[in-house]
Amino acid sequence: MANNDPPKKLLLQGNEAIVEGALAAGCRFFAGYPITPASEISEMMSVRLPRQDGTFIQMEDEIASMGAVVGASLAGVKSMTATSGPGFSLMQENLGFACITETPCVIVNVMRGGPSTGLPTSPAQGDVMQARWGTHGDHPVIVLAVSSVGDCFDITIHAFNLSEKYRVPVIILSDEVVAHTREILALPAGDKIEVIDRIRPSTPPEWYIPYEENSRGVPPMAAMGEGYRHHVTGLIHDQRGFPTQKPKETEAFMKRLFRKITHGFYEIQMTKSIMMEDAEVAVIAYGSVARSAQRAVMQARQQNIKAGLLQLITMFPFPKNAVDTALRQCRSVLVPEMNIGQISREVKRANTSDCRVLKYNRIDGQIITPTEIFTELKDM
Amino acid sequence: MKEDRYEIRLSGSGGQGIILAAVILAEAVGIADNKYVCQTQSYGPEARGGKSKAEVVISERPIDYPKAMKLDLLLAMNQASCDAYFYDFKPNGLLLVDSTFVEQIPTSRSVAIPFTQIAREKLGKEIVANMVALGAVGQLCPMVSVSNLEKALVARAPKGTKELNRKALREGIKAAKKFNLHALPRSISPEEEEEI
Repeated sequence: MANNDPPKKLLLQGNEAIVEGALAAGCRFFAGYPITPASEISEMMSVRLPRQDGTFIQMEDEIASMGAVVGASLAGVKSMTATSGPGFSLMQENLGFACITETPCVIVNVMRGGPSTGLPTSPAQGDVMQARWGTHGDHPVIVLAVSSVGDCFDITIHAFNLSEKYRVPVIILSDEVVAHTREILALPAGDKIEVIDRIRPSTPPEWYIPYEENSRGVPPMAAMGEGYRHHVTGLIHDQRGFPTQKPKETEAFMKRLFRKITHGFYEIQMTKSIMMEDAEVAVIAYGSVARSAQRAVMQARQQNIKAGLLQLITMFPFPKNAVDTALRQCRSVLVPEMNIGQISREVKRANTSDCRVLKYNRIDGQIITPTEIFTELKDM
Repeated sequence: MKEDRYEIRLSGSGGQGIILAAVILAEAVGIADNKYVCQTQSYGPEARGGKSKAEVVISERPIDYPKAMKLDLLLAMNQASCDAYFYDFKPNGLLLVDSTFVEQIPTSRSVAIPFTQIAREKLGKEIVANMVALGAVGQLCPMVSVSNLEKALVARAPKGTKELNRKALREGIKAAKKFNLHALPRSISPEEEEEI
C-alpha cells in the first residue's frame, strides 16, 4: 500500500544527507577511514548501518577501505566509502580494480584544499581530474557533483542506481561548503524512491558465463557464495573471467567497458539550466560554486544582462552536448572553479564555435562569491 | 538587488554554544515556520577559544548562495567577535551584544543585553548564556517566531536540561522586549540619514 504520510522534514548537513540517500538507495556496507571534511559520513553510517542489518567497518586506511568496499559489493551488497583528497589518492589502486572487475560501488570525495594534506578544513575543487583519471589505464567512470543538501540526497541515490545499472564505480564530488551547510531535507517515503538493483544471472550456475557479451554490454552479476563460480581478477580477462593477453579478447573487453557507458549517455549526463533560454552570456559551474553563480546570474538579470547558468551535475562522462549547446548560443562563457582551471579546459576542448571561454579561479581555500562572478559577468 | 533574504550571524568564542544556537534557530525557521534556511559555520581546527561564528540565512524562496553577505542581524557574545565580524554589517542592520563582555559597541543601531550575567544570576548556569541570547535574537528578528523557537529548543535539548533551557530562552525574550527598535536610528549610513 502506498504511504501517503507527508515527507519527514529534517535539518541536515550535506554529509548527513549523503548518508540518508545511500541508505534509501539500499547501501548496506560502508568501509572507511575518518577524514575532515568527510568524517560525518563515516560517523553517521556507524550509527545507522547496524540498525538496518548493514555493516560498518573502520579500516586501517583508505587502501583497505576501498578493498573492503569492492569485496562487499562482489558479495552482493551495495557498498560505499567516503573520504577527502588524501584518502582518495590512496583509494585509486583499488578503484581501478573496481573498474576492471565491473564492481558497482560509490565513492564520495568531499574535496578540501590540496595537494597532500593541504587545507583540511577549507573547500576546494581540485580533485576533478583526479576523479576522472586518478587510477591508471583507460577506464570509464561516472563522476557526479553535488551543490546542496537536497542534491546530496538525490544524487547519492542516482549514484547507486547508475553504479548498479552499469556495473561501474561512481564517484560523488562534494566540497567542504556543501558538506557542512545545513538545509531542510524533506525525506520522501521509501516507496516513492526509485531504486535500481544490479541484474543477477537468470541461468543455472553451470551455464553462467560471468563476462558474456550482451546487447547492453553489462553482464549479469552473481554474488560470491551463491553457487555461481566465477573468477575475479585485475588482469584483462576473457568472458569466463580468466586472464587473457589475446589482442582480440583484450580489445573486445575494453570496448565493451566503454560502450556500456556510451550507450547510457542520455541518462548519465545530467545538467541543470537556469535562465538559459535567452542567455547571451553564461556561467558553467558545479558544486558549491554553482550556487554563487546562480545568485550572480540573478544579479546580472536585474541589470538587464542576459545571463544564464549551466550547472554540471555529471562531470564525467563530460556532458558535451549540453555544454556545446550553451557555447553555440552564447557570445562568452565563464567557468568559475575553486582550482586552477580543470573543467574550463574540458569546456574549451568541447568548444567548436566562436564563443569565448573565460575562467575564474580561486586557490586560496575560499569559496568564490556571487559578487566575484557578477563582476566578471558585467564585462562579458 | 531586491532583498530576498534575511541574514543572521551569531558569533562568540569557541565553546559558548554558538553553533548549537544557530542550528536550533535554523530548525525553528525551516521546519516549524516552513521557510527556506541555510545554516553554515566557520569551520576550523580549534575546539575551544578563538572566534566562533555561525550563520543562518532565511528566505521565502529557495536560497542560492548559502553564506551571509550583508548582515541583517549580528549577535556578538564577546568583544573579539564583535570587532571581527562587524565589517559585513548592513547600514540598517541590528547589532546585538552580550554587554557582560562587549564594552566598545561600534554602532548606534545596537541592543546591549548582559546575556552571560543573566544566565549566571537568574539561572545559576553561565553555560546557558547562548540560549538567553537566542531568546533575544528570536524576539528581535522579524523572521522568527519565538514559540517555534521554543519548540525547536525543547526538541534539541538533552533530557534533564529542557526546563533550564526553556527558562533561559524566556529570560532572553523578556530582556529583549524592553527595547524599542523604532527608537534606534534607522540607518548608520550618513547618506540615508540625510534622505530622511
